[in-house]
Amino acid sequence: MKHTVPTDNELIEEIKGGRAEALEALVSRYENKVYSLAYRMMGSREDAEDVLQDTFLNVVRSLDGFRSQASFSTWLYRVATNAALTRLRKKNKREKGEGEFIEEVYSVRDAAHSQSKLVDWSDGPAEKLLNEEAQKIMDEAVNELPEIYRVVFVLRDVEGLPASEVAEVLDLSIPAVKSRLHRARLYLRKRLSDYFTGGIS
Amino acid sequence: MDCREILEGLSEYIDEELADRTCREIESHLKHCYNCRVVVNTLRRTVTLYHEAPQHEVPGDVRMRLHKVIRLREESD
Repeated sequence: MKHTVPTDNELIEEIKGGRAEALEALVSRYENKVYSLAYRMMGSREDAEDVLQDTFLNVVRSLDGFRSQASFSTWLYRVATNAALTRLRKKNKREKGEGEFIEEVYSVRDAAHSQSKLVDWSDGPAEKLLNEEAQKIMDEAVNELPEIYRVVFVLRDVEGLPASEVAEVLDLSIPAVKSRLHRARLYLRKRLSDYFTGGIS
Repeated sequence: MDCREILEGLSEYIDEELADRTCREIESHLKHCYNCRVVVNTLRRTVTLYHEAPQHEVPGDVRMRLHKVIRLREESD
């Protein structure tokens, strides 16, 4: 007998047919992806757990409406980002106002024009750049991004989705995705540069 | 192209999504602009660091509670 790994759509058909093990298998397949997205969006383990549960409960509730010609993972990312954004809107925000954010993003223009030389930390060893403290700074910096920038950055650069899929998940145009991504990256570059060079970025 | 115009296109430049001609213009600017070179290098490194950083995996207790919640939900249907 041939044992092949069932596709997402095969599992979904089994779930619709009432086989509980198929649901367990589908959840196990995607729980790490959803949790990592939720953790990056929310910034804490407790909130990430809430988003994880909201996501899969919403999936169970609306699976009948899922059309099998669509990609399940794109649809799941949409459910998960909606769950995260809903939770974030209920919470007190730690993120920056958009005006302040844009101002900081474009401080890089003045820096690039300036007479003083910027410090290039990019060839530092990975063990230094990814030490525990640096990772904490990286997490904090993502959480400072306004949510419309954070969600694009997390899907594109952390989860590794192509810009076209990010656009589909978020109902945005590809140019809008690219412009938000660019600003998010410039902001994070600035924060990491401040950290790695002690303020001379 | 001046530094401001260069900076606008840097994400597409590092993602290799720009037309050849624009790439060449950026590269010719980068040759003589040290600060823009630093911004490109550190921007690229920022992106790879986030990509290389360990993913947050579901902790065991969180996973158990998730599967329990889903089973309860299934049984109540």
